[in-house]
Amino acid sequence: MSKVLIVAEHLNGQLNPSTAKCVSCAAALSPEAIDVLVLADAPDAIAADAAKISGVARVLTIARAENAQPLAAALAPQIAKAADGYSHVFGPSTTFGKDLMPRVAALLGVGQVSDIMAVDGAHSFKRPIYAGNAIVDVDAPTDQTVVATVRTASWPTAASDGSASVEALSVDVALPSHTRFVELQAASSDRPDLQTAAKVVSGGRALGSAEAFDIIYKLADRMKAGVGASRAAVDAGYVPNDMQVGQTGKIIAPELYMAIGISGAIQHLTGIKDAGTIVAINKDAEAPIFEVADIGLVGDLFQIVPELTDAL
Amino acid sequence: MKILVGYKRVVDYNVRIQVKPDGSGVVTDGVKLSPNPFDEIALEEALRLREKGLAEEVIVATIGPADCQAHLRNGLAMGANRAIHVVTEAGQDVQPLAAARALLKLIDKEQPGMVILGKQAIDDDANQTGQMLAAIWDRPQATFASKLDVADGRAKVTREVDAGLEVIDVELPAVVTTDLRLNEPRFIKLPDIMKAKSKPMESIPFADLGVEAGWSLTNKSYAPPAKRSRGVMVKDVAELVSALKEKGLV
Repeated sequence: MSKVLIVAEHLNGQLNPSTAKCVSCAAALSPEAIDVLVLADAPDAIAADAAKISGVARVLTIARAENAQPLAAALAPQIAKAADGYSHVFGPSTTFGKDLMPRVAALLGVGQVSDIMAVDGAHSFKRPIYAGNAIVDVDAPTDQTVVATVRTASWPTAASDGSASVEALSVDVALPSHTRFVELQAASSDRPDLQTAAKVVSGGRALGSAEAFDIIYKLADRMKAGVGASRAAVDAGYVPNDMQVGQTGKIIAPELYMAIGISGAIQHLTGIKDAGTIVAINKDAEAPIFEVADIGLVGDLFQIVPELTDAL
Repeated sequence: MKILVGYKRVVDYNVRIQVKPDGSGVVTDGVKLSPNPFDEIALEEALRLREKGLAEEVIVATIGPADCQAHLRNGLAMGANRAIHVVTEAGQDVQPLAAARALLKLIDKEQPGMVILGKQAIDDDANQTGQMLAAIWDRPQATFASKLDVADGRAKVTREVDAGLEVIDVELPAVVTTDLRLNEPRFIKLPDIMKAKSKPMESIPFADLGVEAGWSLTNKSYAPPAKRSRGVMVKDVAELVSALKEKGLV
């Protein structure tokens, strides 16, 4: 039987919803137990949140000053120790998990399954390659630990009616001092987080300037939506890079995705494949975005977007 | 210091990938092959560090079949001092852990002060090799770099993370993996292609490195992704609003 250890992601004392998505993926293995590991300087509040995730048996905490920041070089050796006795170790396929989990895998002497999008068995998975243009069925060796990242856009958030026990864990491992955290330059915003928002409004190069992006923010605020952008809009400097949606930015799965002035390059479409409903607004009726949009509207976004904002 | 750059050959990013009808793989015969875009950024960054006087030598390395020599010549033409070709056998699948172990053998030999790799290759999209190499080398990793400053035996690296930009400071030697916005790689000029022909290229058979194969993933079958179908077109904002209301989305 499988036993799964999930590495919790958190920031500023808040548990990231990606953790509950990893639990959904782990549950698909029908395992004997799912435990969540919280590494932090002060893990109690985060652990209490993780304990509420339905399906979690135990929440294990490792409280160390070195765990105040998510530095892979410090976290990985602790996780590798804590992994003892588990058949699977999962983390989210966010920048946190992508940075950390391969380091854990290599310390355990195993490879990693990246971006699990479906589970076919305890050691059989589906994962995307070539920017999502092909899906490959893979088998991991059955006699070794499976370290994997979970493609969060492919999995629902597990319910929050659980009541797991919380246990402090101490692992005896020396941590390196060669890596120092300096700072996090976070784009502070009252808007819903792009990665987890139920609704997302994105703007593309057709906006033409950073100032013009204002109409996107206004519409998003009216809809209580997160705000994203195409790579072209980011590269043109209209918005910061953490707003980029696509294969090389964020891969998201909101219930509603509004693509405004975005032509729909493959790399952008890869990032929104799992969205519930895609709405496209573009002046070019031939734009590839309309091939995947559930609702399309051809026209001038500078007229349509303010009109839509007023109508909602 | 020396900088070792990983430089993988992949299907060109402009090629529309086709899955073979029997699901045994994707079509790679006769399609354009190019350097992995993230690796070109890695090489560009190494060259800029050398041009600033922060590195003396840039070594470009690849793990691939015998015909990867022309690919490595591209790296030399871009400006690397020399190349190392770890030669695999036809059809040999080198997965990230094995690639990291092979690169560690090159590190043992070359003792670089920094290793720069792309954050992922655009074929298998694994995003693992740099992190694994840093782990088994027992050195720092600075992944998804969008800015790199080297001074006094340390590197200050700005990383593109979901929450914004994270800055970390690592002791060298270290592994850095590149994100898109680190730089724009230079174009190769004709005289540089001529010059590259006389630059040294060392070939080492993969089997001679003594890398244990160990763990490997079995790729069983390939399929194209589920397609989204084209939906409805609305003619104005009023129709759009009622369509959204119908779906309960506003």
